[in-house]
Amino acid sequence: MDLLPVILTIITASTPLLLAATGELITEKSGVLNLGVEGMMLIGAIAAFATAVSTGSALLAILAGAFSGALVASIFAVLTLIFLANQVATGLALTIFGVGLSALIGSNFVGVALEPLPKLNVDGLSTIPILGKILFNHDVLVYLSFGMIFLVGWFLSKTRAGLILRAVGESHDSAHALGYSIITVRYLAVIFGGFMSGLGGSYLSLVYTPLWAENMTAGRGWIALALVVFGTWRAGRVAFGAYLFGTITILQLHVQGWGINIASQFMTMLPYIATIVVLVLISRDKGRIRMNAPQCIGKPFHPSK
Amino acid sequence: MRIKSFYREILLSLIAIALSGVGFANAETKVGFVYVGPIGDHGWTYRHDVGRLAVEKALGAKVKTTFVESVKEGPDSERVIRQLAATGHKVIFTTSFGFMNPTLKVAKKFPDVKFEHATGYKQSKNVATFSGRFYEGRYIAGVIAGKISKTNKIGYVASFPIPEVVRGINAFLLGARSVNPDMSINVVWVNTWYDPGKEGDAAKALIDQGADIITQHTDSPAPLQVAENRGVKGFGQASDMIKFAPKAQLSAIIDDWDSYYVERTKAAIDGSWNSQDVWLGLKEGMVKMAPYTNMPNDVVALAQKTEDAIRDGSLHPFSGPIKDQSGKIVVEAGKVADSGMLLGMNFYVEGVQGSLPK
Repeated sequence: MDLLPVILTIITASTPLLLAATGELITEKSGVLNLGVEGMMLIGAIAAFATAVSTGSALLAILAGAFSGALVASIFAVLTLIFLANQVATGLALTIFGVGLSALIGSNFVGVALEPLPKLNVDGLSTIPILGKILFNHDVLVYLSFGMIFLVGWFLSKTRAGLILRAVGESHDSAHALGYSIITVRYLAVIFGGFMSGLGGSYLSLVYTPLWAENMTAGRGWIALALVVFGTWRAGRVAFGAYLFGTITILQLHVQGWGINIASQFMTMLPYIATIVVLVLISRDKGRIRMNAPQCIGKPFHPSK
Repeated sequence: MRIKSFYREILLSLIAIALSGVGFANAETKVGFVYVGPIGDHGWTYRHDVGRLAVEKALGAKVKTTFVESVKEGPDSERVIRQLAATGHKVIFTTSFGFMNPTLKVAKKFPDVKFEHATGYKQSKNVATFSGRFYEGRYIAGVIAGKISKTNKIGYVASFPIPEVVRGINAFLLGARSVNPDMSINVVWVNTWYDPGKEGDAAKALIDQGADIITQHTDSPAPLQVAENRGVKGFGQASDMIKFAPKAQLSAIIDDWDSYYVERTKAAIDGSWNSQDVWLGLKEGMVKMAPYTNMPNDVVALAQKTEDAIRDGSLHPFSGPIKDQSGKIVVEAGKVADSGMLLGMNFYVEGVQGSLPK
């Protein structure tokens, strides 16, 4: 049994989750809960796919996916930050809106096939046996997902801007008293979340399954949301969670193929069970969670209050 | 309390809308369709929607069709079916196995509405059932796979362990073994009808384990697309998927509901509709095969010959001797499986790897 292709499949399965979760991490750290990840991913997916079909350019397609995700997120930002709409309800509405709008735009693209993205081979490195294939033989978005989560981790813990973002998420009143513009910070964080969700969607429709199919995210947006909580709002753990989930999702398919006698329904549950178990293990230490969870998450802010 | 009255207002306005709908429905017959997936799945639901459009085309102004897509199987579907029945739809097609009990339940309350349920096995006075003998197509696909495969391993992406799906797996292997007794099938159950990513991942897993033929009983073209990218062969499901896999698709089993839907809608309009249970195959045209491509001419000829033999009745895919996994003979030589066994199939034939989930 050759493990190499299995590892490559695991990487493809984990990448869209990681991309979307990275964005949501920043959004939530600023104190905004955006449940519209699924919808933003779908809009990103169809925008990227449509652009790829009509222009043939992978770069334009990725940009279109990311920016349309950001655009939809900005609707959410205006509604929740300026008009102080309930974040949970608006996020859910955004998901439903995304499902519908992407299906509407996508109706012209059903049954259109697309060549997958060319791989970005690092010259020389990808010929290194085994490691070369695992590390240096992917498409651009996989590297981007690694780069972004690293960058986000560094940004949150090591930069002044990251500190401001966290302060806004911890206590918007204090941050406001210190003179920071809560609305601006949160607006940017929400847009970043949409941008990353759009990238995750692009990955689905350009690389993962290079086709447009309605509702093709099939719940991955919700999993990305759960991963942020699972990772207790820390970049490294979010990445670990995304890969844990991806690994078990793929391994359960292999176990079935080997003919091992375990109920397939149980295997389908396994990624979720594993996630819950790890979540329980992590949350034994309540203080740690409280330390990382943004205290103002989901609370609307208005300077007059 | 305020919230409650808010809901009541919504409810009242919904009822008002529903009533006005009934008022307008005199001139034309309203026909409803309930789909399990999106019409853009390019597979199962897509073909049902092609059938709906055929009804519109054939009957023109006499009908008005409505469809509800991506309806979850189970309790949620009951709400959708009842909603259609309550808004003046006279014929309602419910097109997934899991809509069976909800359809029957709603039918009891709306005796004047004709229900048509796909792939189920329970009928009532106003619920008819219909399905295609897709296993005939699976058998042909199996014959082709037996000729083409070099590793003698077939990868099968399956949805749920219901008789319909198990029958397809068995028919496929019986076809493959009729030309190559060394063939075996590995099955991966994904427990969904529609999740392109997961279906594709399952196909990748199967290919990584040595399968060089991929076939599926789920609704998106993703597994076939994986086959195309990995350089192995596969079959389209429910509709011709050659666009997704110009080099990999050997053929596809096409569901053709058009004439059935037109006929039954006509029957409902002119009053000749009655409850029935039909199971139609290649002969009646409810199952069709896409062109045989990407294979040598002698395999095309063999596939065509098999198709003709099934159509004229000289070949039955489930002809004995058939052994189950334990080697016990379940259909004796010279006999064919009866419809009871076909409809309730709950065992794997010899050569399928792993055990059937209960």
